[in-house]
Amino acid sequence: MINKKVDNIQEALEGVTDNMTFLVGGFGLSGIPENAIAELVNLDVKGLTCISNNAGVDDFGLGLLLQKRQIKKMISSYVGENEEFERQMLSGELEVELIPQGTLAERCRAAQAGIPAFYTPAGYGTEVAEGKESREFNGKMYILEQAFKADFAFVKAWKGDEAGNLIFKGTARNFNPVMCGAAKITVAEVEELVPLGALDPNQIHIPGIFVQRILQGERYEKRIEQRTVRQRN
Amino acid sequence: MLDKTGIAQRIAKEVKDGYYVNLGIGIPTLVANYVRNDIEVEFQSENGVLGMGPFPFEGEEDADVINAGKQTITTLPGASFFDSALSFSMIRGQHVDLTILGAMEVAENGDIANWKIPGKMVKGMGGAMDLVASAENIIVAMMHTNREGESKLLKRCSLPLTGVGCVKKIVTNLAVVEVTPNGFKLLERAPGVSVEEIQKATEGTLIVEGDIPEMEL
Repeated sequence: MINKKVDNIQEALEGVTDNMTFLVGGFGLSGIPENAIAELVNLDVKGLTCISNNAGVDDFGLGLLLQKRQIKKMISSYVGENEEFERQMLSGELEVELIPQGTLAERCRAAQAGIPAFYTPAGYGTEVAEGKESREFNGKMYILEQAFKADFAFVKAWKGDEAGNLIFKGTARNFNPVMCGAAKITVAEVEELVPLGALDPNQIHIPGIFVQRILQGERYEKRIEQRTVRQRN
Repeated sequence: MLDKTGIAQRIAKEVKDGYYVNLGIGIPTLVANYVRNDIEVEFQSENGVLGMGPFPFEGEEDADVINAGKQTITTLPGASFFDSALSFSMIRGQHVDLTILGAMEVAENGDIANWKIPGKMVKGMGGAMDLVASAENIIVAMMHTNREGESKLLKRCSLPLTGVGCVKKIVTNLAVVEVTPNGFKLLERAPGVSVEEIQKATEGTLIVEGDIPEMEL
């Protein structure tokens, strides 16, 4: 077994510097790497490019990095839930690139899989296609999209072991598995770091080969963005 | 004239037995409430769940189980969770049978605009561009006119596009309209709405052939 375990968040983020590009897992506030984000705030690294489906809310998730103006550029598919984000975007302090959600996922997967680029129909004929190569296959038009290049991927899983194997839970899975191995270094934080052998190999979602560092997360708030319930009866 | 609930009720009749369906945010979400309960349908949410159920009871919300609108949900027996790449494989790979989404504008050639108003806060397209570029069967749920009373069924979209030539059918508060090579074909009128009223509220070419029946809900 190749041991990927690190003992603390400082060790997990060793090598992080200003002006780096990060893949950050999560959809909304679900499945975000809470401990890595907290440590990035601590480290006060600046000029970051963050690739993440959303940009958090004002006081949680990537919103915490926005508050401290640590992010130079966001690459996301939907950013609607954050006033500070809106202010920085409209004032031009923050660069924003909006891309289709499926394209964001596939650009991660391509990086993970060693595929430099791929054709997708998403965005053909729209401003997303501007400056991109387009091509017809079987009578339908597609645009060429490229794999992401990132320094670190920060992901969050439910369970993991010292070999770096990961299992995700519910819709907190989202972008996390496709970001594993899609950057130079993948840091996985887990709710439960279990002893080697405790995970059934049949149930592993992401094999440890895609993960360089694994860490037992210290605490998880797991905030709910839109609490929606129905009445009993 | 229909309200939003009425639009959802009418669209629910388009949902057939054995369909996998993706519902957008807003009116489309309401469609799930009106699907006949003698047919089998599974709802997909692009953040990574198939087999979505109703909202949870109070106290049973789970931060790890949400839909694409970030609302807490439940799952039904037979449900599955998956990552974002696999989710969009279902969508781009045309495994999802029906996509229902809202729009700001639809053009008579099937173009749709629903993600950006230049000069205003831009929130992003989310999965909408992947959905409209891929689905064979797209129904738009929207009001026939905007808040200023201007038509949303246009000759050409004025807003930045989400997708080109992709919308097949539109259900509004006034009418059911099919997108054809020659323009918008009027299929049904909302209860109490005349062909003239629909004509007046439609900027694009409206094709009216024979008697236009009133919708049944």
